[in-house]
Amino acid sequence: MGDLSGENSGIVIPPSNGAQLAVDEYNATNPKVKLEMIKYDSKADPTTAVSLAQQAIKQDKVVALVGPAFSGESKQVGPLLEEAKIPSISASATAVALAQNGWKYWHRVVPNDGVQGPAIADFIVGAAAAKKVFVVDDKSEYGKGLGDAVRGQLKTKGATVTDDALDPAATDYSSTVTKIAAAKPDAIFFGGYYAGAGKLIKQLRDKGVTAKFFSADGSLDKGIIDSAGAAQAEGVLIGCPCRIPTAAETDEKVKKFATDYKAKFGADPLIYATEGYDAMTTFTKAIATGATTADAINAAIGKSDFDGITKHIKFDPNGEPSAKSIYMYEVKGGQIGLLGDTTTAKLG
Amino acid sequence: MFDNLLGSFWPYTIDGLILGAIYGLVALGYTMVYGVLRLINFAHSEVFMIGTMASAFVVMTLGITQPLTGFALVGGLLLMVLAGGAASAGSAMLLERIAYRPLRKRGASRLAALISAIGASLFLQELFALVIIPHVFNRPQQGRNQMGVARIMQKDTLFTIGGAQIRVDQVLIFVASIGMMILLDLLVNRTKIGRGIRATSQDPETAVLMGVDIDKIVRVTFLIGGLMAGIAGALFVLQFEVTKFSIGFLLGIKAFTAAVLGGIGNLRGALVGGLFLGLIENYGAAIFGSGWKDVIAFTVLVLVLMFRPTGILGESLQQARA
Amino acid sequence: MSTNSSMTNGRNAFWAFIDGIRDRWASAPVWQRWTVYVALFVIALLLPSDSLGHVMSPYSDWASVLFFPIGTYVVLAIGLNVVVGQAGLLDLGYVAFFAIGGYSMALLGTKLGLNFWEILIAGVLLSALSGIVLGGPTLRLRGDYLAIVTLGFGEIVRQTAENTDAIGGPRGIAGIPHPPSIDGIEVFGVQIFHYGVLDPRPYYYLLVVVATAIIIFVKRWEKSRVGRAWAAIREDEDAAEVMGVPTFKFKLLAFAIGASIGGAMGVVWAGKTISINPNDFLFMLSATILAAVVLGGSGNIPGVILGAFLVAWLPERFRGLSEYRTMVFGAALVALMIFRPEGLLPSRRRKAELAEGTGGMGSMGAEVPGPEAQPAAEGAAK
Repeated sequence: MGDLSGENSGIVIPPSNGAQLAVDEYNATNPKVKLEMIKYDSKADPTTAVSLAQQAIKQDKVVALVGPAFSGESKQVGPLLEEAKIPSISASATAVALAQNGWKYWHRVVPNDGVQGPAIADFIVGAAAAKKVFVVDDKSEYGKGLGDAVRGQLKTKGATVTDDALDPAATDYSSTVTKIAAAKPDAIFFGGYYAGAGKLIKQLRDKGVTAKFFSADGSLDKGIIDSAGAAQAEGVLIGCPCRIPTAAETDEKVKKFATDYKAKFGADPLIYATEGYDAMTTFTKAIATGATTADAINAAIGKSDFDGITKHIKFDPNGEPSAKSIYMYEVKGGQIGLLGDTTTAKLG
Repeated sequence: MFDNLLGSFWPYTIDGLILGAIYGLVALGYTMVYGVLRLINFAHSEVFMIGTMASAFVVMTLGITQPLTGFALVGGLLLMVLAGGAASAGSAMLLERIAYRPLRKRGASRLAALISAIGASLFLQELFALVIIPHVFNRPQQGRNQMGVARIMQKDTLFTIGGAQIRVDQVLIFVASIGMMILLDLLVNRTKIGRGIRATSQDPETAVLMGVDIDKIVRVTFLIGGLMAGIAGALFVLQFEVTKFSIGFLLGIKAFTAAVLGGIGNLRGALVGGLFLGLIENYGAAIFGSGWKDVIAFTVLVLVLMFRPTGILGESLQQARA
Repeated sequence: MSTNSSMTNGRNAFWAFIDGIRDRWASAPVWQRWTVYVALFVIALLLPSDSLGHVMSPYSDWASVLFFPIGTYVVLAIGLNVVVGQAGLLDLGYVAFFAIGGYSMALLGTKLGLNFWEILIAGVLLSALSGIVLGGPTLRLRGDYLAIVTLGFGEIVRQTAENTDAIGGPRGIAGIPHPPSIDGIEVFGVQIFHYGVLDPRPYYYLLVVVATAIIIFVKRWEKSRVGRAWAAIREDEDAAEVMGVPTFKFKLLAFAIGASIGGAMGVVWAGKTISINPNDFLFMLSATILAAVVLGGSGNIPGVILGAFLVAWLPERFRGLSEYRTMVFGAALVALMIFRPEGLLPSRRRKAELAEGTGGMGSMGAEVPGPEAQPAAEGAAK
């Protein structure tokens, strides 16, 4: 479930495809219980997501749910799934608060913004050695939460932080740009989605601001290069709790996934595709153990302990994944390339 | 708080004026249609969007990847402006023909026309998101996403004022907008068709008695308003190099606010209101943070209307001449 | 006038039939009317049945859809109708009052721990107050200025919520309490007073009761001195003023009543929805509700209810068209305004006003005699 046709569908279709791939692979093994995957297009609207979840529970009688994709809708749908005792695994909802509700049937395969934000902040002051950082958020639930997490960690590390906010629907960011130019930061962090990030980068570079530009998973999309222009986007660094197969992939498992994915959907696997696959694989593995009811599946998920494509899949009791790696990506020559784990990656 | 504004006063001012000039151009369409028909043309924001799309299309079809120079640049810019203007003017007239004229003929209320406008606005946005961008522009990924447009001119700094670098494109945009508005002002005040427009906006019945062809006047009004919005769209693409199916919405609301601020129905008011709004937004953002931009813009609108209920320059096309 | 010609025009036989029914209804005795009212109330309560759901909403849960968007839109449309349809004031920021009600519920519920019923009263008062605060300085403005000012107000409210961390900023407020449940009362297998998470039906029943109460109130106002004053204002404000109607006071009253209905709905909605954030209150919602009012027939409550129902229900029903539904909806709005500018079920009084002038909403400036219509000259002169 997620926004399959709306403005942010770029972040939701890849994991949905990934999940589909996992289901197909599982069904191809001729198991006793074949799986059927139903997609629900919530357009990222929480109220719609609730109606759809109710439909899924009552009419379609689903036993497990991959999603919801975004944090806003997860917050609304969570209590519903909890009361209906349907296990869910989200491949991309990263808000911190989700894990603090005590939900037993809720899981995710990505580390949250409380992990992502500080990891990026550490990278900014560490590998990038920035002292003065300007943090902008896009006033969205996601952008603001992440921005605040980065701000907090930067301050504890002793960096000077100045900040501002912008409206992602607007186009003229000159006031934000002027403010950044006046603050003369070493680095800029933007918490928000790629459409806003692209416009901001372009206007910054046109104003002659050359400070290193950082962003996070919401901006990890080729769209950022499209709207910023390849020249302006050069050297932009983007953190993400996700692992995206890149052209120069060395990991065998990831490579195989990328090939299969491309063969099936005719496109390269993008953001959260591997996570969508892993989320669904968690379910198929649980179901393969013989669990068919929602409750049994949930119990089996709790015991999951296997190597997914991107990480070792194992859940903490609150539904968070045990593996908490954040990866850093860099824009180079109009392409997004993997730089490595934030704790070890070096700037070239 | 204020040191931010004082420290970068000139950059905020320049950016405000340039944004304001674009607001002003779009505001003209609202103000003219309002002057003649007493109608809030809600779909005008989509007319602007179509202008940005058409000029983006020109850049794409020309296959521009590197910034142009010399005559190629002049030609490219002219093509962009022409395409934007033509597409917008055409769609504005089509809009009038389909969504407004039938209502006018039936004596429907302005409220009905407003709903028709909202409907048309939704339809046009979706049309671009679902059909035109994916199939005509051949960008299936970007139906609802932002679409980047290649850089057509080098954005070099021309000169600096008080620490603000002023780029070539910014000068071009400002000069072009103000120039268009002066031309329009001359057109309305000096030509026969302009006299018809003024007469209709003052008193449509008497205008009919005096032999003014109102249908024609309304068509011309939409044509001019659309043309201005299309040119604004081309300039917008030149400056920001992006567009999107929903790009008109926020800009449309702002331009309409600018029209009301300046005194709706008043051509010069549109320019004054646009520049005023652009400046207020940027100064406000400097003081309170960019997140408060729109709140400040609307609060100022309410305040201005409380003290000057007909806007800064007053209402009619007539008064503006004095 | 084309609006009057529907009786004779063969193409409009359907509307003539509707008119006939409305004639009968207007002359029906009181007991018959009340029987119909009670029957409608019972039908409203029976709506969320599964068998109906398969037909009405095959793509998402019918009872949920009945609460939101359908029920919510209906109540909001009734509230906006007081402002737009009855007093003739164009309000493009109605969502602001819905937001104020929603935030009242969220804040008073989570921070002060008040219960739903207390907050319902507080929310209604707060939104009425905000209506007066907005209306006070702006209602003296002429129609179209009011439109942009109200639009601005809607955005001011939303963005202030977005920028204020103390009320959650863009994250909004989560963990909003539900109305207090009374367990154990079961009717046909539904715990009708159990306000939990899973079953939307109790909320829907609550909504129906609130909506009924609102309809009764609004009907009484409409028939009272207040309603007549509103009618006078929307037909000709200057004349009303000359005749000694304190127009400003009555306009403010309309604004306050409309606002409090929006606020009440905000409280009820937030009571179900667990968490709210500023993005629940976009301008699009104001525009949609306004479309519902005009589409149904502004000024006429059954019409407005029908309009809101269609506007809310059609996009849900035709989820199958998926992407294209908004586009179709937009085109349908234009088409409906062209062929029936007075709405599907216009109020008869408004229709009469429209026949003479423009029903108080003002005509477009350049009225031109068309083949089938006379110019609405009275309106055009202004």
